[in-house]
Amino acid sequence: MPGADKETDLTERIEAFLADLKRGGSGTGPLRGSGEMARETTYLLRRITAQARWSSAGDLMEIIRNEGRRMTAAQPSETTVGNMVRRVLKIIREEYARSRGSSEETEQQESLHKLLTAGELSEENFRQHFVHLKANVIEAINELLTELDGTTDNIAMQALEHIHSNEVIMTVGRSRTVEAFLKDAARKRKFHVIVAECAPFCQGHEMATGLSKVGIETTVIADAAIFAVMSRVNKVIIGTQTVLANGGLRAVNGTHSVALAARHHSTPLIICAPMFKLSPQFPNEEDTFHKFVSPHEVLPFTAGEILSKVNVHCPVFDYVPPELITLFISNIGGNAPSYIYRLMSELYHPEDHKL
Amino acid sequence: MADCGEPDGPGNKDDIARSKNEGKELTKEEKQRLRKQKKQQKKHKERKNEKGPSETEKDETPVSLLPPPPPVATQKAPSALPAPASAPIPVPASAPFHSSPAPSPADKPAKSKAELKAERRARQETDRAAKQPGSSSSGIKTKVPLSELNPVVKRLPEHVQVDDPAVVKRLAKKLERQQIPLRSDYGYKVSLFSHLHQYSRKAPLTQLLSIPSTVIHPSIVRLGLQYSQGIVAGSNARSVALLHAFKQVIRDYTTPPNEELSRDLVNKLKPYISFLNQCRPLSASMGNAIKYIKKEISNIPSQCKEEEAKTKLLKCIDRYIEEKIVLAAKAISKYAIEKISDGDVILVYGCSSLVNHILCEAFEKSRKFRVIVVDSRPRLEGREALRRLVQRGISCTYVLISALSYILPEVSKVFLGAHALLANGYVMSRVGTSQIALVARTFNVPVLVCCETYKFCERVQTDSFVSNELDDPDDLMVTRKGKTQLENWQDVSSLGLLNLVYDVTPPDFVDLVITDLGMIPCTSVPVVLRVKNLDQ
Repeated sequence: MPGADKETDLTERIEAFLADLKRGGSGTGPLRGSGEMARETTYLLRRITAQARWSSAGDLMEIIRNEGRRMTAAQPSETTVGNMVRRVLKIIREEYARSRGSSEETEQQESLHKLLTAGELSEENFRQHFVHLKANVIEAINELLTELDGTTDNIAMQALEHIHSNEVIMTVGRSRTVEAFLKDAARKRKFHVIVAECAPFCQGHEMATGLSKVGIETTVIADAAIFAVMSRVNKVIIGTQTVLANGGLRAVNGTHSVALAARHHSTPLIICAPMFKLSPQFPNEEDTFHKFVSPHEVLPFTAGEILSKVNVHCPVFDYVPPELITLFISNIGGNAPSYIYRLMSELYHPEDHKL
Repeated sequence: MADCGEPDGPGNKDDIARSKNEGKELTKEEKQRLRKQKKQQKKHKERKNEKGPSETEKDETPVSLLPPPPPVATQKAPSALPAPASAPIPVPASAPFHSSPAPSPADKPAKSKAELKAERRARQETDRAAKQPGSSSSGIKTKVPLSELNPVVKRLPEHVQVDDPAVVKRLAKKLERQQIPLRSDYGYKVSLFSHLHQYSRKAPLTQLLSIPSTVIHPSIVRLGLQYSQGIVAGSNARSVALLHAFKQVIRDYTTPPNEELSRDLVNKLKPYISFLNQCRPLSASMGNAIKYIKKEISNIPSQCKEEEAKTKLLKCIDRYIEEKIVLAAKAISKYAIEKISDGDVILVYGCSSLVNHILCEAFEKSRKFRVIVVDSRPRLEGREALRRLVQRGISCTYVLISALSYILPEVSKVFLGAHALLANGYVMSRVGTSQIALVARTFNVPVLVCCETYKFCERVQTDSFVSNELDDPDDLMVTRKGKTQLENWQDVSSLGLLNLVYDVTPPDFVDLVITDLGMIPCTSVPVVLRVKNLDQ
């Protein structure tokens, strides 16, 4: 039966995706950028919308929420997956509301009045069946995909507003967004980039070779020298893995030291992050915040006997509080960290914050 | 060295030419003679430019050997005035001695000594008379070579003026004179650091030396190689190794005849120090040790017998090591152990012999604590510290410096070692120390620096750029999963690698400095320096 085939096909794809997530996070599989992750997730969600069996928006949301929960459980540190799931849920809600005919704004805004009077509205509303809902949702997801494709270019287009000539810019590790940002500015301006290599993965080396190939004056420094050279740096431009709900960052380890050094020298800290990295999480979940990888990156097995007598830690992420950040540059423009909470309400529905 | 092309008496010419060709070390007398020849030639050139025609008549005097001027006691001295004006002044270095204008000296027979002396005196009178009416510039010019030896103002050390070609040329000449090969810089230097040297570890200085080396004592050669390859690292280790090598030099030293041990030994040590400086720039502690030794040597009374003097010097060096390093470590441990309480979590960075010693002592005294060792690429010295601590049985944790923000909330104290303490209170230490102090201050963790007083130095510095050391840039390359990203960094013109060795920590990040004189705040360093200077 074609329906059953489609279903098994779908479940296969979902399982493959989950397996990929689990593998990719341990560092052994190919390291994939967040943009790719987001796109893959959205493709999968579109496929689920197209192929799964559902009759009303509520069913679809239930299905997507379940799959989303499984996906985030497979790799908790990969927040873009959860973000995309929430975006799609919001899209479904919007399309449903539009189909019903009610205006969108009243549904979304949380006001005290609404909280007191209409608590039971949300649940039952999504039971109505609309013919064109599927098509609308799929169209909206396609728009989301186009937006995802254009994020890096949108951010890179703003580069010339922020970089002037003869600047010294510092960056940490490797971020595709920052690389595109700097390369775009380098077309018209001449400046110098200092890349901190970011041990133990040393992704800064790749970044440096990429930048120097287009003729940008690049210098690679060890992590330990960050404070030493910070006094000559004019701007610090970095990427991040996640932007948290309070405006803080979960970025690659070593970023907090960079942020503190920048604050000590009053150097602006600019974060280039597309909107799909914005996550409604807060940083106070101690056990899920940090992710660790194999300590042999730090102390290899060749070190010998002492391995059994010492504790070795290799955390992957760092928390950077919002007070240390000057500016967020995203595909919708530049924002201060204090505005992040507002952007969140535009992207996600408050009920979807907990999947 | 013998490039003045000065026409000389035939005998000396051959001697010098022979020794130059054979490459043997020139004897002391020959060296002094050549130096004087150069000075005379310089003097003559200036006088010639100033006085024009009046000089040329004087130049007609014969060019045979004149007796030496009284103040300098050497045997044969070159002629006071070079070739007569008829022959062009033989200047180019390539013009070897033996092909100098042979006719002129050989022609004139040697006048009697008295006549020559009288002529010289007459010439000096006229010179003095001519000098009076205000052509004082030439007088000052001739005095310049002497005053350069005792500068009134402290000169900038050469190793921070690499971007000045005059300084580099001067260094090259000095090294040539001391017969030490000049080490060339390697790789593309980041523009901010163009005033510093950058050497490659794969090209040690000793490759350019002849074997066996007659100029430099073999234990110094070995020491230089150990420095440049990083086998001996850490400021205490380097100073102790240096002092032991000097002890060997002193043991093997014999005073040449007509020489005083106090002056000759100091002169002997100068090329060794230049050589070691070329292998790896001297640290502040080594500088202080060398100053101490030189002072001790020059204070040896002249009537002291050689054997006695040597034993005295050896004892002095042993006492210096014992007092300033070993006993100081004990004193510092005593103070520091008061600061370690049970249940502490102590963070240390890299491998500081003093801090390791303190921790081992505290562990012996049954303090209960655990240690977190922070390490950084590319040196990864923390692994050595880790081994030493684990051997004693101390429970340790090991992280890289990028994980600092993760681990600091657990830490109760930070102990740091220092390479030198500067007179304005800044702490010069391994690169990364300032970062640790900064992040510790943010988390409100106390930072204690442990440093012996012999590392206190009178320099002042506010940032890590003006005076630093650049290590081999190839160390930053790393091979991960079979790929070396920066393998061909030399081919890419816009890519540079920077491998700093030291950085300076501002005094507001440091809470306490523990020295053998007690526990002082960072800003009291100039007080200690002043007290030390008064003592000495």
